[in-house]
Amino acid sequence: MEKKKLITDDGIRYDGRKLDELRPIKFQLGVLKNADGSAYVEWGRTKILVGVFGPRESHPKHLALADRCRIHATYRMTPFSVEEWKSPAPSRRETELSKVIREALEPAIFAEFFPRTTIDIFAEVLQADGSTRCAAISAASLALTDAGVPMRDLVSSIAVAKVEGKLVLDVMDQEDKQGDSDMPIAIMPSKNQITLIQMDGLLSHEEFIQSVELAKKGCMEVYAKQKEALEERFKNTTNREDA
Amino acid sequence: MVVPGTLLAEGKYNAGVNVYMEDNKFFSSIVGLAELRNETVTVIPLRGCYIPFVDDVVIGKVVEVISTAWMLDIRSPWQGVLFAKEFLSKPLNTMKEDARSYLDIGEMVKAKVLAFDRTRNPSLTTREPELGKIQRGTVIEVDPTRVPRIIGKKGSMINLLKKESGCQIFVGQNGRVWIAGKSRDEEAVVAEAIRKIEAEAHTTGLTDRIQEYLIKHRV
Amino acid sequence: MTNQIIPSVKRKQIIELAESGKRTDGRSLMDMRRVEIQTNVIEKADGSAAVKLGDTYVIAGVKFDCEKPPFPDIPNEGVLSVNAEFVPIASAEFEAGPPDENSIELARVVDRGLRESKLLDTSKLCIIPGKKVWTAHVDVYILDHCGNLIDASALAAVSALLTSKMPKSSLKLNVVKVSGIEAQRTLEFKFRNGTSTDLKMEEGIAEGEVQEIKEFSVEKAEEGSLPVPLCDRPVNITLAKIGDKFFVDPSLEEEEVMDCRISVTFTEDGRVCAMQKGGAGTMTPDELLRAVEIAKVKSQELRKHLPSGGK
Repeated sequence: MEKKKLITDDGIRYDGRKLDELRPIKFQLGVLKNADGSAYVEWGRTKILVGVFGPRESHPKHLALADRCRIHATYRMTPFSVEEWKSPAPSRRETELSKVIREALEPAIFAEFFPRTTIDIFAEVLQADGSTRCAAISAASLALTDAGVPMRDLVSSIAVAKVEGKLVLDVMDQEDKQGDSDMPIAIMPSKNQITLIQMDGLLSHEEFIQSVELAKKGCMEVYAKQKEALEERFKNTTNREDA
Repeated sequence: MVVPGTLLAEGKYNAGVNVYMEDNKFFSSIVGLAELRNETVTVIPLRGCYIPFVDDVVIGKVVEVISTAWMLDIRSPWQGVLFAKEFLSKPLNTMKEDARSYLDIGEMVKAKVLAFDRTRNPSLTTREPELGKIQRGTVIEVDPTRVPRIIGKKGSMINLLKKESGCQIFVGQNGRVWIAGKSRDEEAVVAEAIRKIEAEAHTTGLTDRIQEYLIKHRV
Repeated sequence: MTNQIIPSVKRKQIIELAESGKRTDGRSLMDMRRVEIQTNVIEKADGSAAVKLGDTYVIAGVKFDCEKPPFPDIPNEGVLSVNAEFVPIASAEFEAGPPDENSIELARVVDRGLRESKLLDTSKLCIIPGKKVWTAHVDVYILDHCGNLIDASALAAVSALLTSKMPKSSLKLNVVKVSGIEAQRTLEFKFRNGTSTDLKMEEGIAEGEVQEIKEFSVEKAEEGSLPVPLCDRPVNITLAKIGDKFFVDPSLEEEEVMDCRISVTFTEDGRVCAMQKGGAGTMTPDELLRAVEIAKVKSQELRKHLPSGGK
C-alpha cells in the first residue's frame, strides 16, 4: 500500500474518526455449539472468533500443574485475513502473540480452583485490520465468562499509536504500518491493573504518559461494550424462580 | 445480573459461592444473579462447569479402561475414577478377566461421587440400587447450572415430568439425564420438555407451561 | 470424522428410531438440516462464504496470488490450491497443529469436486507462460463441528469461488526485442488463454518481435476487479450408512456410530465428478448405486442454495 496522509489538519483520521474515537465494536457471546464458551467480535473491520475449552483434563498429562490450572492460548490468522495470502502455518508473530494473550488473561483467572487441569483459549482472526491482539484479548475474556470460568474481572484491551505527530486511540492497520509508535494495553477495569503492555516506536516521556491515559480511557469504553454484550446474552433472566 | 469483577457488597458479610473478597469488598467471580441471604452474598451461575461434590449422583461415559478401574468423563474438569470393587459385587481377577467385558469404552453408567478433593480425581461408586450400567433409553446433556431447575424445589419439577410422562428419569448433577420409557417417542417428548426447562430456567410460570406441554404431547 | 468413543446405547437408539424412518433430531432419513450461506463475509478476501449446515459452521476464503507455475510441463495454467484447517475451536477432539489425515482428506475431496467439474477455468489464469500464473488459494476453516464437514466445506468453497473477484492488476514488462533494443510495456491483466502469441500481440509489440522478457512485475491496482472465469456449480452430498440404512446429511452423533460414509460430487448437469468412501465399514454394489441415486436428487435440492454464477 502506498503512503497516505492519515490525519487531516483538523484532526480527522483516515476513516473519519477523531483522534480519541474508537471504531464501532460489537461482541456476541455463545456463538459456537462445541466450545464451552465462545465470543465473536467485529471491531471496525477486524473480525475475530474466540473459543474456550475447559477447565478440562490436561493432554498430555505430564504438562499438568499440581496446584493450579494451566492456561494455554493460541492466536492464529486465516490465510485470507490479510491483504496478501498468508500460509496457514504459524508464524513467529503468532507464536509471540499467543504467549502475550495468555499472559494478559492469566492474572484474571482463578487458576488455583482447578489444579491439574487446562483451560484452552483459541483465537482465530478471520479478518485483520489492526489491534487484533486487543480485540482477541477482549473477546477471549468474554468467551471465558461464557464458559463459566471464575475470574477476578473482565480484561479489556486497546492500542494507542503516534501517527503524524499525534496520539490516536484504537489503531487500525494503516495507522500501525505508517505510524511512529504502537502501544497495545490490557487492563482489568475494576481493579485498575495492567495485564498487558507492549510498545514499539519512539515516544517522549510526556507522550508515553499521555498514551497510557488515553489507553485507560479507551479500555473503559471497551469494558462498557463487553458488559453490553453480556447483558444481551443473558437478558431473558429474572431474579425470581418459579415456586 | 452481575459479571466477573462486579462489586456486590462492602462490610461485614460472608462470601458464598462464586464470590470472592478483597479488602472487605465482595466481588462476583462469574456471570450470574446476585443474592443476599442471612449476611451471605452468593451468585447463582448462569454459566458454569460441573464441580463434583460427595454424594452427587452423576452419569459418566467410560473413556479409558485400566486393569482395575474405569476412567469416566463426567463433564467436569477432572475425570472420575470407578474402581472395579465399586462396580462389581466381587473383586476382579485381573489374571483371568478383562475389565472391558464388564464395562467398555463408550458405555454410560449412573454413579455416585464417593470422594473428591481437588488434589485427586473424584472417585465414584455404582454400588447402590438405582445405579449401574445404562443398557437402554436415551441420555441427553444439559447445562449443569440448570439441574436445580430441572429437579425443582423439593423435586416438584422432576416429579411432574415423571408423573405426566410415565417415564423413568434419572437426573445427574453433572447435566446428563437418562430417560427410559415404553417407546422412543415417549422419551423424545420428555427430552424436549427438559430442553425447554433448560432454556427457560429463570423465568416465571415455567412449571405450568411444562405441564401443558406434557399433556399436549402425551403419546 | 469419527470419534473413537462409540456409545452403544446411542447406536441402539439411532437404529431403533430409523426403523420408523426417524432420527434423534426429528428429521426423516432423507432430510437435510437447515442451510444458511452468506457470501462476501471477509472483505479483504477475494471471495468468501460462511456456511451453517444445522449447527456445523464453516468459513471458506479465496485469495489470488501470483507465483511461478509449479509444474514445468504445464507452463500455461494457473493453480487451484485447496487447504482445510480443523480449528481446535470447532471440537474438543481437534488438536492444534499441522493438518491431520482427516483434514487433508477433506481438503482433497473438496478439491476434487472443484477441479474435476472445471468450476474454475485454470487455463485462463496464465500471466506470463512459464514464469507467472495466478494461484487461487481456497482455504476452508472448520469453526464448529456438528457433523457432515465435507458437504458444508464444499458448499463454502464453491460459494466463495462463485462470488469471488480477481483484483485488477497490471503487468510491467522489460523486454528485449529481436533487434536488440530494450523496451518497457505495461499491460492490463486480462483473462486469456495463456499462449505467448497472445501476449506479444498486445500493446503494439508485433509478433515475433520479442526476444526475451528480462524482468516483469505484477502490481495489484488499488481498486477494481475482474469477474473470475467460472463454469459449473458442483455440489457434494454425503450419506452415512448405519446398519442397512442411509442417512442424508449426518449429524455428529450419527457420524459417531456410522459404519461408513459415501460422498459424491455432481456437476450441474448431473454427472458424477468425484466420489469418496470414508470409514472402515462396507456396502454392497447395490447399496452403492442406491446411495448415488439418493445423492443425485439431494444435490439438486442443495444446489438451489448456492449463490448465482458459474453457469
